[in-house]
Amino acid sequence: MATTTPTRPAAQGPDPHPTPVRRAGTTTALIAKVLGLGLVLGLAIAISPTLIGQSRWGFLAIVWAIAVLALATYAGRRALPAKYILPGTLLLLLFVIYPVVMTAKASTTNFGDGTRQSKEETIAQIVASSVVQSPDAPRYTMTVATEGSVTEGPFTLFLVSQQDQSLYKGTVDGLEPIAAGDVTVTNNAVTAAPGYTILTPQQVNAANATIKDLAVPTETGAIRPLGIRQAFEGTTTLRYDEATDTITDTRDGTQYTPVTSGDREFFTSADGRRVSDQSWLANVGLDNYQRALTDSTIRQDFIRIFIWTVLFATLSVGTTFLVGLLLATTLNDSRMKGQRLYRSLLLLPYAMPGFISLLVWSGFFNKDFGLINSLTGLDIGWFTSTFWARTAVVLTNLWMGFPYMFIVCTGALQAIPSDLKEAAAIDGASGFTQFRKITFPLLLVTVAPLLVASFAFNFNNFNAIALLTEGAPFAPDNPEAGGTDILISYTIRLAFGAGGAQLGFASAISVLLFVLTGVIAAIQFRATRTLEDVN
Amino acid sequence: MSPRVLVLVAGAALLTTACGGGDTTTPAASGSSAPASSAAAEPSPSGSAAPVRSNADLVIWTDELKAAAVKPIAAKFATDNGITVDVQVISADLQANFVTANAAGNGPDVFTGAHDWIGNLVQNGAISPLQITADKLSGYAPISVAATTYQSKLYALPFGFEAIALYRNTAIAPDEPKTLDDAIKVGQAAVTAGKVESALNLQQGDNGDAYHMEPVLTSMGGYLFGKTSAGDYDPKDLGVGKEGSLAAAKKIAELGEKGSKVLRRSISGDNSIALFASGKAAFLVSGPWALPDIQKAGVKYAISPVPGFAGQKAAKPFSGVQGFYVASKGKNQAFAQEFVANAMNTEASMQAMYDGAKIPPAMNAVADKVGADNPDVKVFVEAAKGGDPMPAIPAMQKVWEPLGKAYSAIIGGADPAATMTATGKTIAAAIAAAG
Repeated sequence: MATTTPTRPAAQGPDPHPTPVRRAGTTTALIAKVLGLGLVLGLAIAISPTLIGQSRWGFLAIVWAIAVLALATYAGRRALPAKYILPGTLLLLLFVIYPVVMTAKASTTNFGDGTRQSKEETIAQIVASSVVQSPDAPRYTMTVATEGSVTEGPFTLFLVSQQDQSLYKGTVDGLEPIAAGDVTVTNNAVTAAPGYTILTPQQVNAANATIKDLAVPTETGAIRPLGIRQAFEGTTTLRYDEATDTITDTRDGTQYTPVTSGDREFFTSADGRRVSDQSWLANVGLDNYQRALTDSTIRQDFIRIFIWTVLFATLSVGTTFLVGLLLATTLNDSRMKGQRLYRSLLLLPYAMPGFISLLVWSGFFNKDFGLINSLTGLDIGWFTSTFWARTAVVLTNLWMGFPYMFIVCTGALQAIPSDLKEAAAIDGASGFTQFRKITFPLLLVTVAPLLVASFAFNFNNFNAIALLTEGAPFAPDNPEAGGTDILISYTIRLAFGAGGAQLGFASAISVLLFVLTGVIAAIQFRATRTLEDVN
Repeated sequence: MSPRVLVLVAGAALLTTACGGGDTTTPAASGSSAPASSAAAEPSPSGSAAPVRSNADLVIWTDELKAAAVKPIAAKFATDNGITVDVQVISADLQANFVTANAAGNGPDVFTGAHDWIGNLVQNGAISPLQITADKLSGYAPISVAATTYQSKLYALPFGFEAIALYRNTAIAPDEPKTLDDAIKVGQAAVTAGKVESALNLQQGDNGDAYHMEPVLTSMGGYLFGKTSAGDYDPKDLGVGKEGSLAAAKKIAELGEKGSKVLRRSISGDNSIALFASGKAAFLVSGPWALPDIQKAGVKYAISPVPGFAGQKAAKPFSGVQGFYVASKGKNQAFAQEFVANAMNTEASMQAMYDGAKIPPAMNAVADKVGADNPDVKVFVEAAKGGDPMPAIPAMQKVWEPLGKAYSAIIGGADPAATMTATGKTIAAAIAAAG
């Protein structure tokens, strides 16, 4: 706060206008506070109906907990430390802790393609989609009517056979023919029936959950509604028995029981046929971690990719820092003319969106049609050998990253007091010695934490790999791990790759990755702390 | 010093996170397409990044290309039934977005998609089978109905074909080649004469492309999956690593970088069509999606189905079929069934689909009418009818990447037989491991 309490002369007694400056400050602050809290509350109120509508009780509780916390902290004058800590803590909880916890949770399941639903849902779907149309049975033009409520039923189906226009009335009790005079028929559909309310299309749609399960029993199966104005005759061919956990095919009596295959179960018959490709979400404990740590291919891939990831991040930070520092030092010399122009030009790669640069560079590296080979006369298959692909990735990342290091170094260099260098010069130190003994150590104090951050960023620099090489080159016998894959691109291929989503397994790898990155960052930050001793 | 550096760092950090976070390209749900129905629709929630269903009596998700075609049909359906219909454009990764949204109960009622999604959608319980009688499907090309039928159940109403064919630059190759060898011969002569840079653009890139290589594989007698007695693809009968695929591998090696250099890894999805459009390639293997670029570039071209090699079998590209699906957890399933089974299933709707999206039609009557004065469409429909439906079984997902990478390695000079055999084993192991 800029407003300091003016020291009031004590002798003058009560001041009729006590500290007007301060009051103006509080009024602005008060307005800001009221607006801010009002906004938080307003937002909470605004999204509540949607959340209630979707039965998202957990989210609702969290939203209101945040709103109440904000109100409690900022409305009163107490809890001053909390006012500073709360926003950061909330953001940390929401965007760091929560995803980590959810990832860890997912890593103990077999969640992925084919296992997205619960067992109950899966069984219900398998049984429901086993309806087979009775051969040669007619289709009916259907009108849904009710003697009760249009939302609850009981519902009656008025049916007009599309074969011979004969009229029927169908309920859960059965099908009975009706005379043409009993109802009004327009365009081969029943449009009015005494004693019944005819449902509008919207009402049929709204009550679909009840109506679609309405099966009018017939001799050869059951007549079921299809859409809003049609009905067909069909039979459910599968039946589930909860007591024995068995699905039975009613046509030939084949029994399907759950059999484990890999990390999931399928309803399988005695001779090995599956009733469906659908499996379900299940808890697999630490199986995913076990697979990641013991499967020989994955373990080898993981170690190899980990080494390259560290190398990639180190090289990226090292080369960009070197080039950035070199340019910054050169342009920092007062004898240099046109500093501003050069500085602006050097920032250009940074101003271009990374996506575009990466795709353009990917084209540059094309063996037969790319700019690099045609300019230099080389004939390098950049993305076909691991060595050249890695070189290409590091070169491109150098181009993408050096402006950042240039900015950072320029800022840090300008902040180093020139008297230190003058003192060194007086002591007879050469330009290089000055740089080595004075400038560089002082520079590192400010830049080192940024190097750590940059390392962590490149450690997970998915774009650089995905948009440039997609992990290529790959050995033909190992399509899951390529020569330039870093851990994050490898994980994403496992999770969402063309081989089908293995979200549970990929979560386990992510948790391992999280631990690894955390440990590396901790070590690096500890190392940079020693640099601060220079000051 | 420190505030200045801090500001720089903060700015830089913002930039880097902005770049880093960008890979999750969430499709913009441009849901505010006002349904032209009589009933006033509530405006769709706009500005949300992840696709969320809008609030209407029937919600249809499709991609940008098809939205213009679906909208008038949907609007008519809305008027006929006195309801509101909203067509939402999902600009990227419709399948994955649909599966996630559907599971969360936020998905659409109807969506459009390729038939080879069916296996994955069924194993995720994301779609409902359709009950359309055989006579109501008799107007469609049989292969389109076969492709959208999975384990004896129909899951989508077909409307369009996707298949690859052979484009030729008629200034270089005026006559339709009878065999792929003829095409390569003409192309190579043009390369030698300095008229073009590439004889035949068959995009592979560094990671290979099993889709575009399929005509070569099938002409040499290879196959991906055999069929069960019921007519479904059989994941247990894998053709990769067997005799035909080895012959194909040998052929690819002969045409590769250590051989006649017709197939090159430097020709990828990024430049294949562009090179042909700029007149730098004699032949191009690609689909109808290449037409706009080629027509715009003004190069003189003609299209014919991809022929086989001399003395070998006919080349069979993959036939892809685009269709309408009913979501398993849509909020308006009755309207969804009604829309797909009845409103879409008419010649007028199918004609409107073609007029709006220009995808070669699957309904015979429309294909005949359009094909009468558009030979390109006629060829693509023929190519699709002459191909094999792309396998929709989940096991196919284990094939694409390894097989593509094997093709790429063989083009680069890896031992054809050993590579193909090893890839067969890799794929078989991956299929077995997936259960």
